[in-house]
Amino acid sequence: MIIDVNFVGLIIASIMASAVPLILASCGELITERSGVLNLGVEGMMIIGAISGFALMTVTGSLIIAVFGAMLAGVLISTIFAFLTQTLITNHVATGLALTIFGIGISAMIGKNFVGIPGKEFPIIFEGLKDTIPLLSPILFGHSIVFYFAFALPFITSYFLKKTKIGLIVRAVGDSPESASNQGINVKLVRYACILYGGAMCGLAGAYLSMIYTPQWIENMTGGRGWIALALVVFSTWNPIKILIGAMIFGGLTIIQFHMQAIGVRIPVQFLTALPYIVTIIVLVVISRDSRKIRLSTPSSLGKSFYKDN
Amino acid sequence: MIKIVKRDEPSRAIFFLTPVLAIFLTLVAGGLIFYILGFKPFEALKFFFIVPIADKYGFSELLLKATPLCLIAIGLSFCFKSNNWNIGAEGQLTFGAIVSGGVALLFYEQEGFYILPIVILAGAIGGMLYASIPAILKTYFNTNEILVSLMLVYVSKLILDYLVVGPWSNPEGFNFPETRQFSDSARLPLLFEGLRIHGGIFLALAAVVMSWFIFYKTYLGFQMKVSGFSLKTAKYAGYKGKKMIILVFLISGACAGLAGVGEITGPIGQLHREVSPDYGFTAIIVAFLGRLHPVGIIFASLVVAITYLGAETAQIFMQIPKYTGQVFQGMILFFLLASDYLLFFKFKFIGSKNDY
Repeated sequence: MIIDVNFVGLIIASIMASAVPLILASCGELITERSGVLNLGVEGMMIIGAISGFALMTVTGSLIIAVFGAMLAGVLISTIFAFLTQTLITNHVATGLALTIFGIGISAMIGKNFVGIPGKEFPIIFEGLKDTIPLLSPILFGHSIVFYFAFALPFITSYFLKKTKIGLIVRAVGDSPESASNQGINVKLVRYACILYGGAMCGLAGAYLSMIYTPQWIENMTGGRGWIALALVVFSTWNPIKILIGAMIFGGLTIIQFHMQAIGVRIPVQFLTALPYIVTIIVLVVISRDSRKIRLSTPSSLGKSFYKDN
Repeated sequence: MIKIVKRDEPSRAIFFLTPVLAIFLTLVAGGLIFYILGFKPFEALKFFFIVPIADKYGFSELLLKATPLCLIAIGLSFCFKSNNWNIGAEGQLTFGAIVSGGVALLFYEQEGFYILPIVILAGAIGGMLYASIPAILKTYFNTNEILVSLMLVYVSKLILDYLVVGPWSNPEGFNFPETRQFSDSARLPLLFEGLRIHGGIFLALAAVVMSWFIFYKTYLGFQMKVSGFSLKTAKYAGYKGKKMIILVFLISGACAGLAGVGEITGPIGQLHREVSPDYGFTAIIVAFLGRLHPVGIIFASLVVAITYLGAETAQIFMQIPKYTGQVFQGMILFFLLASDYLLFFKFKFIGSKNDY
């Protein structure tokens, strides 16, 4: 049997493409969680990003406005979450759920007028190099700018958290808000910033889905990716580099579905579709069994409100 | 000048008043959204909240939607009170519907008084089985119950989809994704001629009474409350934490499963692709809006049920997109959480004589 190496390259590239939204959303959420805030609204913020990006692209015709508009929409919707959890000191879990329900509703409401409209072609870069190196070319070249950004993001995030002063402040706030506050750090401000950043990344992840990955608007098109992104953060034990590995596994599961169907494997399609969710559960179980490791790597104040009496 | 001061103790009066405030604020914000979308706010709100329940049929529909919401929310209140975040009630509902539907199909074209109780029981067991997965994983493998219960929602919907298009689909059904009709003995009776309200409402009321009794009259209820306040205290008092976690999940799953039974054995009488318009998720809002109190949940389920009906009416009469219902549901929870601020903090007017 002859295996076409370029075909293997194409499969790997398609796995990477389906990992992009997971990487973006997880890396955003990771920063939020590192500051001690648990935002369960990832799915809601992603779907808002998806419709905002698609709508802005259709209305303005500008891809740049659309991408940045989607990020801004993510920021705006996460501001609601930030205001509630940080200023009004509400429960993180309940507020995040409200954000998701609200986001799905709002996106469907706006999206009503955009169903069935074809998307625009998103420019890809290094297209000319696509046929130069066997196997590697399809992996390395001919993708959108967002694709490259997503694969750089875990490394940037890791560097940010480990090597920069602001990264250190974020971690300090997440691990011990009391002592950070005593050091003169404005805990509330840091957490606001981290929540809004998470919103921007989730917005971008959504825009990638509706503008690049499957360029169209379908109701509920995030289809649980936001929740898988949340699971990935646990999977990574709050280490951005491991998000990359996790996202590739889940990307792989998504892509395998299509190929299994194509080569005629007689497994019900529903089972294949359910696979990423089932694997998420199994992975969570395996990771969480070691409760000591989880306790060591979880930001100590995750999900707990911080209130400073003036 | 106004200063914000922390209350010494959460205010009990405000605890039950803030849900009303949240509903009011939701109406105001909703009117604003309608205005932005180019509708007359008052007319839109009237179509949303008053027209749908103005006649006998509308009121029956309201109870029909409130029944599953109330049932599930009662179950969730056990989990939430004891700090267990079961957000997969939608999956437990679906799985309950699958199991009870399967049993109902076993009794195809058979009649007998014993069939309905078996079908109902099967639904409750199905919900419990499904809820036991996140519970066991949480207690014995330390796994986050939020993510597990939610992932299982997607899985349950795919199982249902597989069954109704595949092995369980109606052989004479022209490949429609639905099963055969259940026999009359496997169906919850309709209560009134021409209305869709069915016997499921008694299941909901029974759940309300049961939960009130457990919360306020039993040792278990007390244990749950203590664990909800502080897990450390509960441990110190020697409560069996693991057993309780599993128990609250089972209760919650049973209630969701029963809601699933109501959905398929009531007016519809068969399994099909979409057994629930996200009742399992909306019930989370109902539980909070009802303050995890059995009576509060009854009122909350009625209020939230209106958003389902209103969305349909507003779509028919004013071409307002039906998703507005979900937007309203999200807003209610936002405003409720926000107004909780008043529970713990109060505004103090500094400079006036009535400082203290």
